[in-house]
Amino acid sequence: MATTSSGHTIKAFDQDLDRLRALISEMGGLAEHAIRESMRCLVQRDLDGAAKIVEDDKKLDALEIETEKRAVQLIALRAPMAADLRDVVASMKISSVVERIGDYAKNIAKRVPLLEEVSNIEPLSLMPEMAKIATQMVHDVLNAFVERDAEAAVRVIERDKAVDDFYNSIFRTLLTYMMENPNNIGQSTHLLFIAKNVERVGDHATNIAEMVYYAATGDYYVDRPRGADPLKA
Amino acid sequence: MIDTIVPIPTDTAEPVADERAAKMSARNVHVYYGNKEALKGVGIDIHDDRVTAFIGPSGCGKSTFLRCLNRMNDTIPGARVTGEIELDGEDIYASKMDVVQLRARVGMVFQKPNPFPKSIYENVAYGPRIHGLASGKAELDNIVEKSLKRAGLWDEAKDRLQESGTALSGGQQQRLCIARAIAVDPEVILMDEPCSALDPIATAKIEELIHELRGRYAIAIVTHNMQQAARVSQRTAFFHLGELIEYGRTKDIFTNPREQRTQDYITGRYG
Repeated sequence: MATTSSGHTIKAFDQDLDRLRALISEMGGLAEHAIRESMRCLVQRDLDGAAKIVEDDKKLDALEIETEKRAVQLIALRAPMAADLRDVVASMKISSVVERIGDYAKNIAKRVPLLEEVSNIEPLSLMPEMAKIATQMVHDVLNAFVERDAEAAVRVIERDKAVDDFYNSIFRTLLTYMMENPNNIGQSTHLLFIAKNVERVGDHATNIAEMVYYAATGDYYVDRPRGADPLKA
Repeated sequence: MIDTIVPIPTDTAEPVADERAAKMSARNVHVYYGNKEALKGVGIDIHDDRVTAFIGPSGCGKSTFLRCLNRMNDTIPGARVTGEIELDGEDIYASKMDVVQLRARVGMVFQKPNPFPKSIYENVAYGPRIHGLASGKAELDNIVEKSLKRAGLWDEAKDRLQESGTALSGGQQQRLCIARAIAVDPEVILMDEPCSALDPIATAKIEELIHELRGRYAIAIVTHNMQQAARVSQRTAFFHLGELIEYGRTKDIFTNPREQRTQDYITGRYG
């Protein structure tokens, strides 16, 4: 494996690559914040805050377009090779995944007004804890990308199991609630979707980690450990 | 004998090593210009139906190595070549090797188009005539036409065969030189920066020609243009300071080189 060492002979090339990386970091910051906020709004029943999350998601959409535009320009004008090329391609892919993570936050926020009196449902207390792990994964994997740190990316992948375990636990609990009282089915289903969204955030962080691994090493991360299947739980 | 071929990773399905015997095989090749060692033990195989590109910064030895393959270095005073280079298993530096014959089998195209100051026809006919490849005018005409067609110049030149080769454009002249090289029915074609004096359109025509010729000859090309190496070759060898640093599939070299120096060079970080 060969990694990048010193800067390019053409300094503007470095600046273009740095700008691309900065865009990914900015998107990551927004997506993390959106997930965290969606949890706060859920727990505190903050409808205004939830509406703002939905509105702010447009920024992520715009940044994704900006990232793609700059990446295409960089490929056209600089003809990047090897690790540089892998970085640029990874930037494009990662930006669309981060945008997707923003969509999950938006989806959670949209459910906040639909939920009434959820505070007495026990899985709700688990939700922010699960989201904390997932957002930390997003945070760490994007740092790994900026630092081109394949090992840090692998550590993120290993943490996805914890998120999956949370999801399986919430899934089983909500199932029990629904069986106990059919009046709980509507609320529980919303919560199940929310848990599923957070679980998907963890999966996406894992996907990004695999992209980071390839960008940094040129090799594919194949030994991805799979979480337990909730359908068999 | 030290085998200096750089080990190739075997993690992908398609093998780098060829089942077939190499068309040309170099082992532990050293070249000295006086006291200066210009090549420090290079080993590489060149195969039929395949374009092998030699890349590297100026003075890395890539042209020097290319010139060893048809003993062009013999013509440089003070140049000394050691090691082994074989063509179909035959040592090309053996005393019984006829150098004129060797250069017919291993043709060369240079950086600057260098047609003879003669007609287009004579430029192509010269080689076959001195090598006695044609028994009469009709056969010679046939070779000239076939060579110009293979070099993609026939349509442009067929009505002006008696005009001077130097009256052609740069790109046409280079294709004329390629026609001249293939007129003697070579097995290997060496190209030393064949497009560096040409505009992008003439360059594209030569690259397309290289692609077509690949099925018929083993081709080795030296180029400063890495995009060109990426476009035309299936194997790439990276030279640096007289050493072969890395040799592998072109698609691997340009997406995932194994050596730091290769990476730095192809990404534009070579300081």
